[in-house]
Amino acid sequence: MAEIWTTYIWPVLVIAAHSIAVLVILLVLIAFLLLADRKIWAAVQLRRGPNVVGPFGLLQSFADMLKFILKEPVIPAGANKGVFLLAPLVSSVLALSAWAVIPVNAGWAVANLNIGILYVFAVSSLEVYGVIMGGWASNSKYPFLGALRSAAQMVSYEVSIGFVIISVLLLVGSLNMTDIVMAQQGEFGMFNWFWLPLFPLFIIFFISALAETNRPPFDLPEAESELVAGFMVEYSSSPYLLFMLGEYVAIVLMCALTTILFLGGWLPPFDVAPFNWLPGVFWFVFKVCLVFFMFSMVKAIVPRYRYDQLMRLGWKVFLPLSLFMIVAVASVLHFFDLAP
Amino acid sequence: MLIADLFFYLFAAICVAAAFMVISARNPVHSVLFLILAFVSSAGLFILLGAEFLAFILIVVYVGAVAVLFLFVVMMLDVDFAELRSGFLTYLPIGAVIGIILLIELVLVLGSWVITPQIASHITTPIPPSNEVSNIEALGLVLYTKYVYFFQAAGVVLLISMIGAIVLTLQHKPGIKRQSVARQVSRTRDESIEIKKVESGKGL
Repeated sequence: MAEIWTTYIWPVLVIAAHSIAVLVILLVLIAFLLLADRKIWAAVQLRRGPNVVGPFGLLQSFADMLKFILKEPVIPAGANKGVFLLAPLVSSVLALSAWAVIPVNAGWAVANLNIGILYVFAVSSLEVYGVIMGGWASNSKYPFLGALRSAAQMVSYEVSIGFVIISVLLLVGSLNMTDIVMAQQGEFGMFNWFWLPLFPLFIIFFISALAETNRPPFDLPEAESELVAGFMVEYSSSPYLLFMLGEYVAIVLMCALTTILFLGGWLPPFDVAPFNWLPGVFWFVFKVCLVFFMFSMVKAIVPRYRYDQLMRLGWKVFLPLSLFMIVAVASVLHFFDLAP
Repeated sequence: MLIADLFFYLFAAICVAAAFMVISARNPVHSVLFLILAFVSSAGLFILLGAEFLAFILIVVYVGAVAVLFLFVVMMLDVDFAELRSGFLTYLPIGAVIGIILLIELVLVLGSWVITPQIASHITTPIPPSNEVSNIEALGLVLYTKYVYFFQAAGVVLLISMIGAIVLTLQHKPGIKRQSVARQVSRTRDESIEIKKVESGKGL
């Protein structure tokens, strides 16, 4: 009995506690990031943004959440009910589950998998199902068109994201997320992080992350001027909330992934006095927020791409470029004998 | 090992049930969704075997890409179920005969299958031992050294099929306006803007 307790029950309890801590902190962070997104967007357009609920509108996201939960969910008569309700769940659960392997500090991860990055890639490649299922199950033309666009878009940009990740892995020699961050540690501080040696790939990854998460300027699945709200047209109340939650969790996940792959994770920018006093978690969250700020600025500044331009960018620009970079990085590592 | 056994039966049961639902579901989209469930639970079985790399590749390649395209195609097909079901009984005898022949062949093959005695020693001790190098590293060490020609051959086969797919689908229709980004970017002010002095009251 004591053996079962120490080998099974206690670890499960610890993992559950870790997961709940990650989820709660993540969701609260997302509530404020959502507000920040709207505030930044408003500031660029010389508006004030949400400013009524709470001081400076700080409680706006919580008010929105309450509203979504208390309203009545409407299910269209012609909808495929099971799939219709499963879609938002798939979307949000998958996005949240990818956070299990994200290390926010040395050793601070729910699961320190030795194939962590592959896990994140696999889970984020499944996120397209929420969109497709939602679009199809709504049994309506706009959601269906949105879902089709989204499926093509996510599959296309996943390819270049995969190649960018491979280039980073070539420099690291491990698929473990913690190893990826530790490989960026060095005497030059932030100039040792992979954004500098892999500079074009950093940009490609950033843009592909925008496309993968359906952020503007690649928000074609929900292009409101053409498709109303894309795959989310028929959704209301809690299912809609779950879709939005999944979308924002995926966005913050992509920010975290950018931080880990290119911006040195929890490492301070310079390993000297004032910077390394602060704990690693602070630097991690700070960098994630910085990348998120870039995401919202892109949303505010860049006009939406046309569909054929989006496909052209993915397949004819990013794919050859990232393939070439893999060959280049591998050659440099091989001929200068730098491979880890 | 109790928990691992429990999970094995869970995943195996889900996998078999989902596979059964793939062929029995009335709606083809539901079939594809059950197929995805079967893929995911077999990935779970791979993880229980300690082959986590294969499990995630299964999810990335089959669930993340192949099944998405399946779903894509099936959703857009306008399948008439009544028509599909009407032909079912007429083709049943032929299908049953083919099925029985396949079953007999499989039984014959399995019955005459002889496993080399020395294979047991390979199975029980994976090379290199799994506690020293990780799964993916071991796979890479074998794939890029011992089986490099097979690996290259597989690459060539994939390349040829890719070229074939492109040749089959690529068609340049004349008379379609296409965007040429290079031309747009290389346009200068001189060749695209013309300033005309218009006398008042005359128009162009």
